[in-house]
Amino acid sequence: MSEIKNIKNLKEFSTSADRFEGANLLCPGCAHSIIVREVLNATNDDLILSASTGCLEVCTAVYPYTSWDASWIHIGFENSSTAVAGAEIMYKALKKKGRLKQPERTPKFVSFAGDGASYDIGFQWISGCMERGHNMMHIVLDNEVYANTGGQRSSSTPIGSSATTSPEGKKSYGEKRNKKDMMAIMAAHGIPYVAQVAPNKWKDMVKKIQHGFAVEGPVFINAVSPCTTEWKFDPKDTMNIADLATDSLVFPLYEIIDGRELNITYRPKNIVPVEEYLAAQGRFKHLFKDEYKYLIKEWQDRVDEKWAYLQRREEARI
Amino acid sequence: MAFDKMELQKIEVWDGNRAAAQALRQAQVDVVAAYPITPSTPIVEGYAKFLADGYIEGEFAMVESEHAAMSACIGAAAAGGRVATATSSQGLALMSETLYQASGMRLPIILNLVNRALASPLNVNGDHSDMYMIRDSGWIQFDAFCPQESYDLNLIAFRVAEDHDIRLPAIVNQDGFMTSHTAQGVHTLSDDEAYAFVGEYKPMNDMLDFEHPVTHGVQTEEDWHFEHKARQHNDLMVKVIPKIKEVFADFEKLTGRKYNLVEKYDMDDADVCVVCMGSSVETAREVATEMRAKGIKAGVVGFRVFRPIPFAEIIDALKGVKAIAALDRSSPNGAAGTLFNEIAGALFNTDTKALLSGYVYGLGGRDLTKAHLTALFNELQANVDAGKVTTQLQQFIGVRGPKLAYL
Repeated sequence: MSEIKNIKNLKEFSTSADRFEGANLLCPGCAHSIIVREVLNATNDDLILSASTGCLEVCTAVYPYTSWDASWIHIGFENSSTAVAGAEIMYKALKKKGRLKQPERTPKFVSFAGDGASYDIGFQWISGCMERGHNMMHIVLDNEVYANTGGQRSSSTPIGSSATTSPEGKKSYGEKRNKKDMMAIMAAHGIPYVAQVAPNKWKDMVKKIQHGFAVEGPVFINAVSPCTTEWKFDPKDTMNIADLATDSLVFPLYEIIDGRELNITYRPKNIVPVEEYLAAQGRFKHLFKDEYKYLIKEWQDRVDEKWAYLQRREEARI
Repeated sequence: MAFDKMELQKIEVWDGNRAAAQALRQAQVDVVAAYPITPSTPIVEGYAKFLADGYIEGEFAMVESEHAAMSACIGAAAAGGRVATATSSQGLALMSETLYQASGMRLPIILNLVNRALASPLNVNGDHSDMYMIRDSGWIQFDAFCPQESYDLNLIAFRVAEDHDIRLPAIVNQDGFMTSHTAQGVHTLSDDEAYAFVGEYKPMNDMLDFEHPVTHGVQTEEDWHFEHKARQHNDLMVKVIPKIKEVFADFEKLTGRKYNLVEKYDMDDADVCVVCMGSSVETAREVATEMRAKGIKAGVVGFRVFRPIPFAEIIDALKGVKAIAALDRSSPNGAAGTLFNEIAGALFNTDTKALLSGYVYGLGGRDLTKAHLTALFNELQANVDAGKVTTQLQQFIGVRGPKLAYL
């Protein structure tokens, strides 16, 4: 039987045995490695992991090295979810047949993918995995852009952000479309658990990851992952940016159980204006020109509206 | 064992798909992940039904696309167990990215490829476009000419692919409909005999061995990529052919059915011969026998193994023959046919004086009739008599409209 790992404080948490080595090629200040360590440290159980092609993959498994001290697989850009689902199917088959080498162990199956690999190219694969009910967790490292290939827009890129394929310019304010609501889409699959997490709220994250590991069936986690390179902020500010993301409610932290029951898991004591979140990042710099300031107002309105919606959902218990 | 054995007749009436499904059952495949596509679907339906009826202990996952099917097969194989699937045509095209990943990761998955034309125009019938499309993907490719061979080669494929010296995925080809949906008498093995032949799956670098974590599917750039690809090619060229011969010999001992890398029919003294694959081999053999009655020394060579290419065996099979027709069941779309090129490449540095010509036939399920083959053998004899190829090097057989000839 698996046990829930008991974590008292951040020091203990950050010094627990690493199965994701610090020896990796991710950028200084990259939130990916912080999130991955927080996820892996949330359990003592064995892990079967996968990653889609992307920053995490190219920075952690460059032959003849690996940063992973747990079984790990990468196939392609679109299919980290299905790779782990395949391993989970084999686990079930071998368990049934009594052929597991360590039958008493209770492995957890986790796929990591960026927002491009989840919201766009891997969307169908994730949907398939969620629908089929594999006992697995898919975690999006959501940095709202194709960072590994140099900053192209994905369907997670927020409106007004300047990306290389939706650049700001004399006649454009950058990305024209709102971010896709993957949380709602995944919840609509009726899966046991969907949650949004952020690396700065590590206790909230650990609780959600542990809940996700405890339930039977597929789990979807969207993790905001501030990207120093593409969001254009100083590498030392990763956690400050994450704080602004959660405290401005641009990234509200909540969970949806069984596709219905919505719980808000973090209520900032002092809600920060969206403007402060935007002002801290180079990708939104152009929005502060006079002609685009209306977009900042619209941003704030959207965030307020979404927050009100989440609260109504939570209250209604539907 | 928590599954029931099936009592089979010595000879069962099975089509190629049923024969393949029965082989998957007897091999007790641990995981099948699949997506339906005509004409291969009955193979995975067969596995699912055997599972539902308690004749298999394993897992079947009906996923949302062929790409996902092979992705799940890769994850399952890396986890450490016996894996198989089936597809055709467009399905193979969709999964083609993952085929390279499966072979590059050295995962011994068995894929039943029920050969079918590639769109456009959309077509569900048999030709070899799909088989040719992924010929450089690093998979071993067997070719079954009839349902019996579909059964036998599936059992053989597991033994070859899963051998720890090999660890490469393998395809068993059979012609869509002509083989997959045509029932014939198939000599069977008992469940125990078949399983004993295939053997227990022996995991290697299995992700589910938690004491030995393993990283699958790494990145290599210019510093290592070439060495990995070269090693894989080397194993295909050096290790696979002897392994296939060894497993063929074991299979002959068990069943009396003898398989060869290239199958020769009346080739000992043949002047003219047809080289082809799939169900056409059987038609060509029948016509060759008829030609012999008419005084033309005709023979047939069929590729049993398409990848790795049995280079030495091709040279040997075609030794002494005076005219060769290479029959390609796929549009070369601006080139000579694949078999034409393979044969030309094999023979170029030999002292052969054989006249080689190429024929494109049977696209989208168009029949290759005995009349076509009779005319073809006569044409080859005319080449022999003239001492040169009397036609253009590439012709189309059985297509309507004006005669098409090139090169």
